[in-house]
Amino acid sequence: MAAATASRSGLRSALPLLAPAYLWLTVAIFLPLSAMVFFSFMTELPLSGKPWAFTLGNYAAFFSQSLYLTLLLASLRLGLEVTLWCIVIGYPAAYVLAKVLKGRSREAIFLLVILPFWSNGLVRIFSWAMVLREGGILDTALNAVLPFKINIDLMYSYPAVIIGLVHSYVPYMVLTCYLTLQAIDDSLIEAGRSLGASRLQVLKRVIIPLSMPGLVAGAALIFVPVVGSFMEPRILGGRTGTFYGTVIEDQFVAVFNWPLGAALSFILLAVVLVILAAASPVLKRAA
Amino acid sequence: MRMPDLTALLTATAVFTSALAFAAKADEVHVLNWKGYGTDEPWAVEAFEKATGNKVINDFFNSEQEMLTKIRTNPGLYDVVMINAAFNDQAMDGKLIQPIDTSKLPNYADISKDKAGSPMLVHDGKVYGVPWVWGLTALAINEKSFDKPPTSIAEMWDAAHKGRVVIRDDAVEAVQFGAIATGQNINDIKDMDAVKTKLTSLMPQIKTFWSSENDWNQMVASNQIDIGTYWSGSADRAKTHFKLPVSLVVPQEGAVAWLDAFSIPVGAKNVAGAEAFINYMIDPKFYVEWVTKVGAPVSANTKAVEALPEDAFNRKVMGDPEVAKRIQFQAPITDAQREAYLALWQQLKVDVK
Repeated sequence: MAAATASRSGLRSALPLLAPAYLWLTVAIFLPLSAMVFFSFMTELPLSGKPWAFTLGNYAAFFSQSLYLTLLLASLRLGLEVTLWCIVIGYPAAYVLAKVLKGRSREAIFLLVILPFWSNGLVRIFSWAMVLREGGILDTALNAVLPFKINIDLMYSYPAVIIGLVHSYVPYMVLTCYLTLQAIDDSLIEAGRSLGASRLQVLKRVIIPLSMPGLVAGAALIFVPVVGSFMEPRILGGRTGTFYGTVIEDQFVAVFNWPLGAALSFILLAVVLVILAAASPVLKRAA
Repeated sequence: MRMPDLTALLTATAVFTSALAFAAKADEVHVLNWKGYGTDEPWAVEAFEKATGNKVINDFFNSEQEMLTKIRTNPGLYDVVMINAAFNDQAMDGKLIQPIDTSKLPNYADISKDKAGSPMLVHDGKVYGVPWVWGLTALAINEKSFDKPPTSIAEMWDAAHKGRVVIRDDAVEAVQFGAIATGQNINDIKDMDAVKTKLTSLMPQIKTFWSSENDWNQMVASNQIDIGTYWSGSADRAKTHFKLPVSLVVPQEGAVAWLDAFSIPVGAKNVAGAEAFINYMIDPKFYVEWVTKVGAPVSANTKAVEALPEDAFNRKVMGDPEVAKRIQFQAPITDAQREAYLALWQQLKVDVK
């Protein structure tokens, strides 16, 4: 009884602190998103001034044409590949930051990891375009050093999309893994080593399990936006750059079919939620 | 801040901004057009404001559908709107635009008769659109890749250019381009399967789909492409303004032509200002400056084109009667056609992945 009163009064005193955040979420996210849900069931955008009616047609469009499913699968594959590369590149970097480097050098390297965050995403993608194309920076530099002539033209290809996206998202993996790795008590690692475990065993039995929450959080942070990405595939992907996100963008920007665009977006949201829910028992155990 | 205050503040802000948005003052001319397309040139706006005392306020759209929606949902806000002639019908049917009193436009008399009398702009003897500029969606080449310019559209399919061909990411343009390549009328495509087959065989040739002038120019500047579809005004701008090795080719099979025109929406608050602005936009003085400073499509005003130097691209190439014979002007297309074209185009893009 006393506990209940205490928690209620705790909530009351917390209310002024929570109110701004929740008010903002309501105004900036909940209301527009509900409007989009509403639009996705309409035949015409009510803003267009034309007569409109409720319909399930926009959702049916996804199932009636095989191309949306093909693109959704391609986008999910893209999300998985990018997440995997981010783990491969980001996790060792986070480990070195957390456990090997100390003091000034750690700060310097940390800054280098965060630096890309301070520049606009579009600028980063366009600079990749300069590096990856034929006769670009990578091509010229390698040919200046190598004794034989090679031709590197990665621009407008699937690998270019992967490179651009991994570059954009790898800091998330480094940051989340760094936080969990740093929290691991060094004495646990020392204890493992002194009891005869090899470095690999310590990594497998101590470090990875303890840093799993960071890995999982990083993976979720990366996977979800990459599945819906459209700017990077459009600029770097060329002929192969058509993905689920670019088709949604077309509906909003090029043909002004908001209802279909909204319906396709919510199907993506549902698929991502189902994937995360299916993975949650595994993730919970890991965390 | 207490909650009621905050609510009051938010309401006040909302009311204030909407009041700002809708209070079109008498001496203001609200213009709706593509961004960076003549009407928003700072020197032009300044010259017009100085001459007439009207203040120009530009607003922009990203697609024709968005433009129609903006006029429909903001009655009385816009005074001048730039509408592609192929969409004029749709705007008139929706009672969105009003007839224009051309006697108020001194420059209207100089507009070439075939454009001024276009059935897309004149309905029941009333003028719903004043022709402004026209241009082509044709081919442009990277001069470094050709000893002599090609004459046929088939060059796009030449295996020698594999991976060095570009096409715009636009369903209607792509389908109409396919119609020309298969020898069909772009406004009455009888054999859609032929178009699909033709475009399917083009897809493996393609390096990327361009969406802005900048994309195209960058790829030529870094010598990544040989040939692609391009707009005539943009090709001219690439050559004269950016000094790139680009030249326009109007293939013997033909090219898609479009006509842009100005209209006055129903309920416009400043019709007199709108008339003055449209008259200024079709004036030879503005046009010559636009072409020289920025690069532009071809004016519908014959006197404006004559004011250009003899060898100017817009006069020499675009004014060539041989070219005039080959081009096909875009006519209105229905929403159903547009959706069918988009479905076809998306399928082609997915199949090539």
